[in-house]
Amino acid sequence: MNTTAKRIYYIPYMLWILLFVIAPVALIVYQSFFNLDHQATIQNYVTYLTSSTYLRMTLNSFWYAFLITLFTVLISYPAALFLNQLKHKDFWLLLIILPTWINLLLKAYAFIGIFAQNGSVNQFLGFIGIGPKQILFTDFSFIFVATYIEIPFMILPIYNAIAEIDPALLTASRDLGATNWQTLIRVILPLTRKGITAGVQAVFIPSLSLFMLTRLIGGNRVITLGTAIEEHFLTTMNWGMGSTIGVVLIIMMFISMALTGEHKRKRKEIDTGATKE
Amino acid sequence: MTTPIIEFQHVNKFFGDFQALKDINFQLDQGKFYSLLGPSGSGKTTILRTIAGFNSVTSGTVLFQGKPLKNVPPNKRRVNTIFQNYALFPHLNVFDNVAFGLSIRHVPKDEIQTRVMDALKMVHLQELASRDINELSGGQQQRVAIARAIINEPELLLLDEPLSALDKKLRQDMQYELRELQQRLGITFVFVTHDQEEALAMSDEIFVMDEGAILQNGTPVDIYDEPINHFVADFIGESNIVKGTMVKDYEVEFVGKRFECADAGMRPNEPVEVVLRPEDLDVTTPDKGKLIVQVDSQLFRGDHFEVVAYDADHNEWLIHSTNPVKEDADIGLFFEPEDIHVMRFNEKEADFDARLEQYEGE
Ligand SMILES: Nc1ncnc2c1ncn2[C@@H]1O[C@H](COP(=O)(O)OP(=O)(O)O)[C@@H](O)[C@H]1O
Ligand SMILES: [Mg+2]
Repeated sequence: MNTTAKRIYYIPYMLWILLFVIAPVALIVYQSFFNLDHQATIQNYVTYLTSSTYLRMTLNSFWYAFLITLFTVLISYPAALFLNQLKHKDFWLLLIILPTWINLLLKAYAFIGIFAQNGSVNQFLGFIGIGPKQILFTDFSFIFVATYIEIPFMILPIYNAIAEIDPALLTASRDLGATNWQTLIRVILPLTRKGITAGVQAVFIPSLSLFMLTRLIGGNRVITLGTAIEEHFLTTMNWGMGSTIGVVLIIMMFISMALTGEHKRKRKEIDTGATKE
Repeated sequence: MTTPIIEFQHVNKFFGDFQALKDINFQLDQGKFYSLLGPSGSGKTTILRTIAGFNSVTSGTVLFQGKPLKNVPPNKRRVNTIFQNYALFPHLNVFDNVAFGLSIRHVPKDEIQTRVMDALKMVHLQELASRDINELSGGQQQRVAIARAIINEPELLLLDEPLSALDKKLRQDMQYELRELQQRLGITFVFVTHDQEEALAMSDEIFVMDEGAILQNGTPVDIYDEPINHFVADFIGESNIVKGTMVKDYEVEFVGKRFECADAGMRPNEPVEVVLRPEDLDVTTPDKGKLIVQVDSQLFRGDHFEVVAYDADHNEWLIHSTNPVKEDADIGLFFEPEDIHVMRFNEKEADFDARLEQYEGE
């Protein structure tokens, strides 16, 4: 194939990258250096780094994203293992993926209905005599709903990683004396590490900037960086500060990708004994 | 007599409606090299998986050193397997693969170190201990699989077509090494193969299988010289098989002639099949031959010529001749009475053995 033809194929990709990746990021970075009076300044960054409110917000974002990711992994891994043992596993997997096709807002409103003062959960609690409780607008409901929404994105890569394992390896492990539990820990887990990291990336990074759920389900009790950005752009109209937080989020995404990304496994050096002789 | 290490009693195995094992009975003695030989799909792997504990049986009993194996999980059986595609752990290096069985059992670190290095030395891999699995050749992976299995000191080693992925030269080297290893360790090997040469070369005893049943068992020489039926005769090596009639004891008729033979114990005029091995046929002049055939083609095979010829009834004859023959020439074939092996139709192995005993004792 000649090079001009090749270049033509690149055009849509390049246009996409330019218009939807490079340009917005450049704009955000540019905006972050302006204050409310449209003067160029680094004041926004100084404010961010010195204000305890913003730092607490950052920690909060990390903490909630961590909790959401943790619960998602704890639920998804056993679920993926279980799914892989079922007869019609593709069908059951589809059922789990299905909710992702429904708009996030719709799901959030559904949960408001379920968790509200006169919602079905509270009706049930009243029925068994525990009485209606405040469920909506708590940390619990926020993490619960966020976990529910993120689970399919975690199950899918883990499920695929498990499905790819050669069953002969599990047989070999049992043959060599391992119990089912030892096989899980020593063979299945290490062989699905890539699936877990892929799932963690797919869940943790978006969880850092959740904002709709914080409002609808968390009742603004949970303030994350996502909420702050929304606030600055739509309410206080402080685009400079909003962009600064955006830049911080982008940097954090790169950091978490670097941390969870594939490292070249260091080869364990083993005393071969051959040299001793 | 000591208790057999493994014993199958009337074992049947069904996968749904499909019967994978049909009334399997055998006893394996401690310290011998056994082969299960049969075409693909004949149930060899199913037998190994039954011994290792990955298949339940539908009916029948499997005994290990006299005790039923039924409720013993695979990880508690003193049996290890070398799998068809080795099944090495890709996330572990050579050392950790071999150490897997020991570390599962929490053997102390320094003991693991020495035992793994000893096992690797035994398969000539001690320099590659820290290699990753995907950095090894097929032959090296094979050796890792062997080391990983024998380090657990099993009573019984199961080998599922372990050499089938290797090229011919390497396969022959490994045949010697495995045989030697088995004799050195003194443990029982059950070796699965669909390659009859491999089974003949390595085994103390061979079980020939087809369609889930054991057709015949015996030493390589027994099976080669006295195959029980057409299938075994054909599968175990090149042979000439023709239809014939057992006129009376020690006399058989085929291709329209009567020949003296060494078989007996059948009904007069019973229809039979006759086996003549290509290497038992000597080429001579037509007037001296017991049979006269016309040469069709010949191939030079290094240590002999492989001649294809046809008799007047258009039966094909395969002959191994030390000297070349002329194409299209008529040649005579000479053979001794004991070179003729007569097979009855549908004879069961027990009856076959009993009949052989009856007249071979005389
Ligand atoms: N888990 C299973 N489910 C259904 N059929 C099986 C299963 N395992 C083996 N079989 C069938 O049993 C027969 C014997 O298989 P196998 O023992 O693997 O043969 P071999 O090792 O001699 O090639 C084959 O026809 C195979 O399709
Ligand atoms: Mg097989």
